[in-house]
Amino acid sequence: MSKCCCGGKTILIYPCSGAANTGEIADQISRKLTKEGFGKMTCLASVGAHISGFVQSAKGAEENITIDGCSINCAKKILEHIGVTPTKSYILTEMEVEKGKTPVTEEIVNKISNKIKKGLSPKEEKENNAEGDKNSECSCCSC
Amino acid sequence: MKIEILGTGCPKCKKLHELSEEAVKELGVSAEIIKVTDINKIIDYGVMVTPALVVDGDVKVAGKIPSKEEITKWIEEK
Repeated sequence: MSKCCCGGKTILIYPCSGAANTGEIADQISRKLTKEGFGKMTCLASVGAHISGFVQSAKGAEENITIDGCSINCAKKILEHIGVTPTKSYILTEMEVEKGKTPVTEEIVNKISNKIKKGLSPKEEKENNAEGDKNSECSCCSC
Repeated sequence: MKIEILGTGCPKCKKLHELSEEAVKELGVSAEIIKVTDINKIIDYGVMVTPALVVDGDVKVAGKIPSKEEITKWIEEK
């Protein structure tokens, strides 16, 4: 819950509820980001159940971030179902997590949490990495 | 009818309370307007952003101040 309704950006975080390792990692990332004050984890299932408080909170939040375990994209689709487009959507299988295989470790949770805090989408990260690679290959004397 | 204003009491909450009172007065309906500042009660409604307006248990808006016309419409719908 936001402490004050007048100050600070409201960022709500919706992890998917998946049964696989990907769902567990999404859940742990959301809890870590909440603990660190980056945003507030909220209940995706309640949005899906059309519980008015959760639906209206999604519509009223300044940012809604979905963290889906895989490309089925349940969290994003549930928000879109109520007419809300997430500000940022993350899919863990596009972020070095393999469904059914990647173990749920503090390391992977920290790594992805940091990426989310930087606000990089997987596409932006790829572009940033490509930019870095291009610079490192540059052989002109002005670099 | 029961109208609840959920929030910790900042200027936005006060504005929402004011608009609700005006809407009720203009409609001439009988309604109890209550301020809910207890965080636990606010969370029980599933509200994550305040201020929020609840009409007879149904959260109509959260995180923003609606217009008086919107509040009027929600009251009339009940």
